[in-house]
Amino acid sequence: MTERREDDRVAAPLLQIEGVTKAYPGVVANDGVDLSVRPGEIHALLGENGAGKSTLVKMIFGLVAPDSGTMRIDGARHAPASPQAARAAGIGMVFQHFSLFEALDVAENVALGMSDPPPRRALARRIAEVSRAYGLPLDPGRIVGDLSAGERQRIEIVRALLGRPRLLIMDEPTSVLTPREVEILFATLRQLRAEGVAILYISHKLEEIRALCDRATILRGGRVVATSTPALDSAARLAELMVGHRLEAPARAGTAQEAVALELDRLSLPPAHAFGTALHDISLTLHRGEVLGIGGVAGNGQDELLAALSGERLAPRGSVTLDGADVSRRGPAARRRLGLSVAPEERLGHAAAPDMSLTENALVTAAAGQRLTRWGFVDWRATRAFAARVIERFDVRTRGPGTAAGALSGGNLQKYVIGREIAQAPRVLAVNQPTWGVDAAAAARIRQSLLDLAAEGAGVIVISQDLDELMELSDRFAALNGGRLSPFRPAPGLSMEEIGLMLGGADEREAARAS
Amino acid sequence: MDLSAISPALLVAALMAGATPLLFAALGELVVERAGVLNLGVEGMMILGAICGFAAAVGTGSPAAGFAAAALGGAALALVFAVLTQGLLSNQVATGLALTLFGLGLSALVGQGYVGIKPPSTPRLDLGPLSDLPFLGRAIFSHDAIVYLGLAATLAVWAVLNRTRFGLSLRAVGENHDAAHALGLKVVAIRVGAILFGGAMAGIGGGYLSLVRVPQWTEGMTAGAGWIALAIVVFASWRAGRVLMGAYLFGGVSVLQLNLQAAGAAVPVEILSMSPYLATILVLAVMSARRKRGTAAPASLGRSFRAPG
Repeated sequence: MTERREDDRVAAPLLQIEGVTKAYPGVVANDGVDLSVRPGEIHALLGENGAGKSTLVKMIFGLVAPDSGTMRIDGARHAPASPQAARAAGIGMVFQHFSLFEALDVAENVALGMSDPPPRRALARRIAEVSRAYGLPLDPGRIVGDLSAGERQRIEIVRALLGRPRLLIMDEPTSVLTPREVEILFATLRQLRAEGVAILYISHKLEEIRALCDRATILRGGRVVATSTPALDSAARLAELMVGHRLEAPARAGTAQEAVALELDRLSLPPAHAFGTALHDISLTLHRGEVLGIGGVAGNGQDELLAALSGERLAPRGSVTLDGADVSRRGPAARRRLGLSVAPEERLGHAAAPDMSLTENALVTAAAGQRLTRWGFVDWRATRAFAARVIERFDVRTRGPGTAAGALSGGNLQKYVIGREIAQAPRVLAVNQPTWGVDAAAAARIRQSLLDLAAEGAGVIVISQDLDELMELSDRFAALNGGRLSPFRPAPGLSMEEIGLMLGGADEREAARAS
Repeated sequence: MDLSAISPALLVAALMAGATPLLFAALGELVVERAGVLNLGVEGMMILGAICGFAAAVGTGSPAAGFAAAALGGAALALVFAVLTQGLLSNQVATGLALTLFGLGLSALVGQGYVGIKPPSTPRLDLGPLSDLPFLGRAIFSHDAIVYLGLAATLAVWAVLNRTRFGLSLRAVGENHDAAHALGLKVVAIRVGAILFGGAMAGIGGGYLSLVRVPQWTEGMTAGAGWIALAIVVFASWRAGRVLMGAYLFGGVSVLQLNLQAAGAAVPVEILSMSPYLATILVLAVMSARRKRGTAAPASLGRSFRAPG
């Protein structure tokens, strides 16, 4: 089916890129890249973080100028000096990190992304038209700061569609979406394809690409290493092309013991701020050597649960017990000394201070446990050595421990912040979204290190929105819904339907909120 | 104490004139901060505007030329700030503080020959029959053009920020400069423009002090007005209408307490002198405490922007 459609259109690519090269000091981001995208196809641009996908699309969208090579749109030379010029050439872009303004409302955000926006009332009408035509409900008057990730992405898509693009670039669009939101997005993209729009779809989620995309161009280290028809290739084959070597699925060994590592007993907490979620009667028992998976749509209490575990928010007496000791009223430093470590979702600004070096960031959580200070003075040599150990053991790609945390790619920094906790051999480790926005190789590495930690006898809690990840890691699984935790069920053998039912409440609420 | 010596009409008139320097400086800074730039050099730009305006008005004999020079002087100092913070990415807080010190010193140097001179007087705007109205005529319709220009500027700043494409772009740059850049907005150009506007407005505010309010040149004559303007912007939650209110409130209480001092009120002078600051901060703080989300500080305020790639 896919094959035949391709044959019909071989003659006329909409976007034709030949030999495009872009070098930054110290790194060649794109090296002689060729790419062609035809009208009415969804073309995947596949590659690890740092493979050069973002640089390539930034050149197409006029944010970066190539050093050499040619780009053509419909046979005409395409060298946009700015995003406005690219939009005029019929290109729309949906950014990975939303390019939205939280304090402005939906209509203002849309207007900012258009070269020549109509007056507000006409714009609101057109937003309504487009969102109806593509099943993307949006209220033009809402303030973006109050919207969910899925709703925010809708703004980006509607903004791009209002320019009537012939080529739509989507940069990792599903990384923050719930399964239901992903379905809605795919329906929209298929509708656009049917209308003849070409879509350049950037992702490293292989199953998605196999389900959605007609062709794929695979980048590694700035070069095109292969083109493929994803529906005909296996996910394993695509992953191999992308990473350059075979990926091992994390080895699972049921290592759960009888001994209880951590217990939550009817933990309830009011929301920390006006947009927070209250936690209601959360009870769980984490055994040593066990991995508990907690799924659920973002905003259902994940951050609050993690804060209650880390000690950033104190819990009512008796509700958090670590190795038999009540730690409910203890702060983060005390809990860490007792062996309860946490790696929060937000890498920059929560798990790590962006402008501080990796050494300094190591000191922040490991000072007490690793004896990195003496009489209040920092032992820099020991701190550097500890940071270097983390870097080496967890394969963090960086120049050295002196590098600022903010300079690392998402995957490398995530390996570092999780490795920093694991290297301190905690008795309990809780992580939130451990592989969010992290490439496949780094994600596999992080998952394996979590399993290794459990195999050494620590209890691990993994909070994630990635169900595949949870199924891969967990011994037992529960869903977080509106601040309530479902009962845990053994993860092996749990079907997607059953999980869907456990998550159900959250999805329905999400749908109600969206419409 | 003799309160009957205080005339309400004159009080309102003095209030409007007294608030005008603050209004200009605060409106300018409002625009600067909405674009995401924190310029703490308002005091310096005001006083440089004061002496430039004074010198030009004395030299040409025309108050209009004076105000033009005041705006240029303030903008010239702001240009230094723009080059340092937007071009060379220097720290905005430190640069702003340096700007204030530099402006105070430079104005003292320039102003050495102008001490004790009287500037040409700025004429009242002839509003015809309006000026003859009882009470209102003397209170509201008997000012010079600059006072009304300040009111018009408030309306204009509000309208531009909230009703135009350019204002939207400016607010977007102040909210999230990375996203603005990704959408193709010229972050640095917009910020430099806002900084220059802020400098010109502060300069006019300073010029109003030396040409109308006092009217003569004294070293350090702004006496902290620039800092009050900065505080008003913050407590007004970055909204033009509230800046007007804050400036008039401060001006009003200042005038009132001066009148009370003159009338020999049985309150310590120190407390009366404090009262404008206290009243302004109190009222605006109470108002901003009730603000909803979306009216808080611009998210990129004070952060340097370097174009990636």
